[in-house]
Amino acid sequence: MRRLFAALLAIALLVLAQPCRADQAEDALTALGTPGFDNVREGVEQLAASGHPRAAVIIGALQSGLLFVNAEQALFIKQSDDAFVSAGDGTAATGVAAEDLKQVRVNNGIRNAIEAALGALRLFAPDAPTRLEAAEAVYKAHDPAALPALDQALAKEANAGVKKRMLEARAAALLSAPDAVEADRIAAVAVLRARGDIDTRGYLASLTDQPPAVAAAITAALTSLDRLAQIWSVAQSVYYGLSLGSVLLLAAAGLAITFGVMGVINMAHGEMVMIGAYVTFVVQQFMREHTPGLYGASLLFAIPLAFLVTGAVGVAVERCLIRFLYGRPLETLLATWGLSLGLQQAVRSIFGANNRDVDTPPWMSGATEVGGLTLTWNRMYIILFAIIVLAALMAALRYTALGLRMRAVTQNRRMAAAMGIRTPWIDALTFGLGSGVAGMAGVALSQIDNVSPNLGQGYIIDSFMVVVFGGVGNLWGTTLGALTLGIVNKFLEPLAGAVMAKIVVLVLLILFIQRRPRGMFPLKGRAVES
Amino acid sequence: MKTDRTLWLTLSLTFGIPLVLAVLNQVTEAGAALHVPTYVLALAGKYLCFAMLALAVDLVWGFAGILSLGHAAFFALGGYAMGMYLMRQIGTRGVYGNAMLPDFMVFLGWKALPWYWYGFEWFPFAILMAVLVPGLLAMGFGWLAFRSRVTGVYLSIITQALTYALLLAFFRNDMGFGGNNGLTDFKDILGFPVQADATRAVLLVTSALFLCLQFLVARFVVGSRFGKMLIAVRDTESRTRFLGYRPESYKLVVWVLSAVTAGIGGALYVPQVGIINPSEFAPANSIEAVIWVAVGGRGTLSGAILGAILVNFGKTWFTGALPEFWLYALGALFIFVTLFLPKGVMGLFAMRRTRT
Repeated sequence: MRRLFAALLAIALLVLAQPCRADQAEDALTALGTPGFDNVREGVEQLAASGHPRAAVIIGALQSGLLFVNAEQALFIKQSDDAFVSAGDGTAATGVAAEDLKQVRVNNGIRNAIEAALGALRLFAPDAPTRLEAAEAVYKAHDPAALPALDQALAKEANAGVKKRMLEARAAALLSAPDAVEADRIAAVAVLRARGDIDTRGYLASLTDQPPAVAAAITAALTSLDRLAQIWSVAQSVYYGLSLGSVLLLAAAGLAITFGVMGVINMAHGEMVMIGAYVTFVVQQFMREHTPGLYGASLLFAIPLAFLVTGAVGVAVERCLIRFLYGRPLETLLATWGLSLGLQQAVRSIFGANNRDVDTPPWMSGATEVGGLTLTWNRMYIILFAIIVLAALMAALRYTALGLRMRAVTQNRRMAAAMGIRTPWIDALTFGLGSGVAGMAGVALSQIDNVSPNLGQGYIIDSFMVVVFGGVGNLWGTTLGALTLGIVNKFLEPLAGAVMAKIVVLVLLILFIQRRPRGMFPLKGRAVES
Repeated sequence: MKTDRTLWLTLSLTFGIPLVLAVLNQVTEAGAALHVPTYVLALAGKYLCFAMLALAVDLVWGFAGILSLGHAAFFALGGYAMGMYLMRQIGTRGVYGNAMLPDFMVFLGWKALPWYWYGFEWFPFAILMAVLVPGLLAMGFGWLAFRSRVTGVYLSIITQALTYALLLAFFRNDMGFGGNNGLTDFKDILGFPVQADATRAVLLVTSALFLCLQFLVARFVVGSRFGKMLIAVRDTESRTRFLGYRPESYKLVVWVLSAVTAGIGGALYVPQVGIINPSEFAPANSIEAVIWVAVGGRGTLSGAILGAILVNFGKTWFTGALPEFWLYALGALFIFVTLFLPKGVMGLFAMRRTRT
């Protein structure tokens, strides 16, 4: 009720103030023409508050030393062609000689008044972005002197967005004004609370000497803002966690096939990822030379190519090495480790030991703000890419003929063979599929990590942990495992630091495996023991 | 009869050759025909310490079927214990001349020695820790892992995670172990200068002695009733359990024994190479140790020693002569041995013997 009354009162005052305006403008112009720095300053302030249509022009002329006064204290503005116009209405001034005029002089006090006046006047600028900017500037200054100008600007403002900013600016200025009414102040706190960014929080916290009711409102506003900030920071951690989790998922998805489905401990998995990243590098080099027009889409070409290249490497590795080691997991581990050393050294010999530059296309750089969240585009695309890869992988396993055979072979090899499935080729293709997925992960990782021969080394332990944590042979488990590890890691980071968080996660994982040696979602049934 | 011959051959070679090297280095003048340069002593000492690590790996992998991909962690922990003793011996001879604090702590602006550095100025305490810390870590880890029946590949992966976690931890400056640079710039051990030829010769012979001792202990363990149980656990763990034994207890004992001996190896390693840093924890090191065993012959003990020395000799030669081919060679060795030499070099000897 009181708030409504205050609002009505404000409107009434505005209406009452209206007729005085014209007189005020006249007074202001007279004051500007009167000699004496104090008079001129008063004239600037009055003119700014008067809402005179040419106020900005006149004050701007004063600022650049183009405002002149004659003996009758009439004001003229010198144009760029040295002609004079009347300051008040902009009409050409006839019969005015330059030698009769005197420049209106300014001192530092007047300059400050000019700055403030122009700032307030920009609130009346014809284009909305300028008005918005001005409102923001006035908000940051929260100077009570701007209140009259704000009130007038608000009365005229039609753009809802600008009006909102102006109301906020008014609220901020009002809280700084020593003579504002308590009800207005409380209303102002509510406005600022609704705005709720970090600056606002700082400003509200800096307010002292408020009446008790207002102080209580401020405290309540601060508490609610802090709670909101906390929620946003949790959301940001979840986002970072999802982003890390999707990176882990990409790195581990291929392993979920080779290790999870086939049971092959492929220590060279990280090198498949690394090869995928180098494919991206080669594709970009090639496209920069030959098809610069399509360069922005280079990643889209790199993805299928990386899949094919690493898939082919995978098939070759399976045919030449791994098929001799089925049923001997520990030997497979050692042999593939040897393979990983060879692949690393081969890449080092071909491309050199230094990091290679892989460009991020323009459509992947930058960030967007959602509420209190900062979402970087490359991370967003990686999350999206992880989802697509996972969906495609699941669809391939479930709906394609190859997927059906893969599942048949892993579930019951001898029966599958009896049904006429060529199990050796299915093994090779399954391994190729897993390796190809690793290669696609390499394309994504080339965007966020250094492309060097050691790229894969950094992911191999994490990938194995993800697969084991999620439960071997279960893509959903791998997904959930990757996301859980990512989010837990990011929530621990602010508490313990990045490295410590990683150590804690590793130790937690080691302990978790003690409790559930076969992961979160273990396979059930006869396949487990074999 | 034949196994005895292997025993005596291994013992006489592992002790005899280092002894001859050390004596030749000491009694002959530099430039004499038979003179052994000091760097050879340091190199040989390093090989022997690696052989101790390999022997430790063979004990668990060859006889209990536990493929540890984190055994270098125990080795490095033993090394850090010895490194801490050596750091404390520097005293005021460091760059900052602080009698209490090692250089890196002064550099970090620390005012007092952290509590876990207390006592390391005292040699027996440092040696005790070199044994106790790896042993306790192995006991805690093994107790958890074996009791919950984490076996095979899963166990390998979590041992790798263990050493990786330690690697990350020791890289942190806040840990108080010198961070990235580790512990180095040692001056003397038990009052003798670490760099002196005589000290190196003694360290080499000591390493050989401990290696022989470790070999004998391993032989004894493997040959005993306990060793037969280990082999039973390795070959069919569930059948052993159904027969009323507790595989986890057998595994735990041999696991801790192996970790302790690896720790001693690490403690002997540090004064001879003059540095210990977190890269010793790198998972790649542990896997390399496994390949030494595989090359020599898994489950033969003598083979582990032979493999460690052969592979490391190859590494020294390659990194000197053809540095870019070392990783190819090592990678090919991994693949070749697993595909074609499942019993390693010792298997080749055994094959020749059965043929003749």
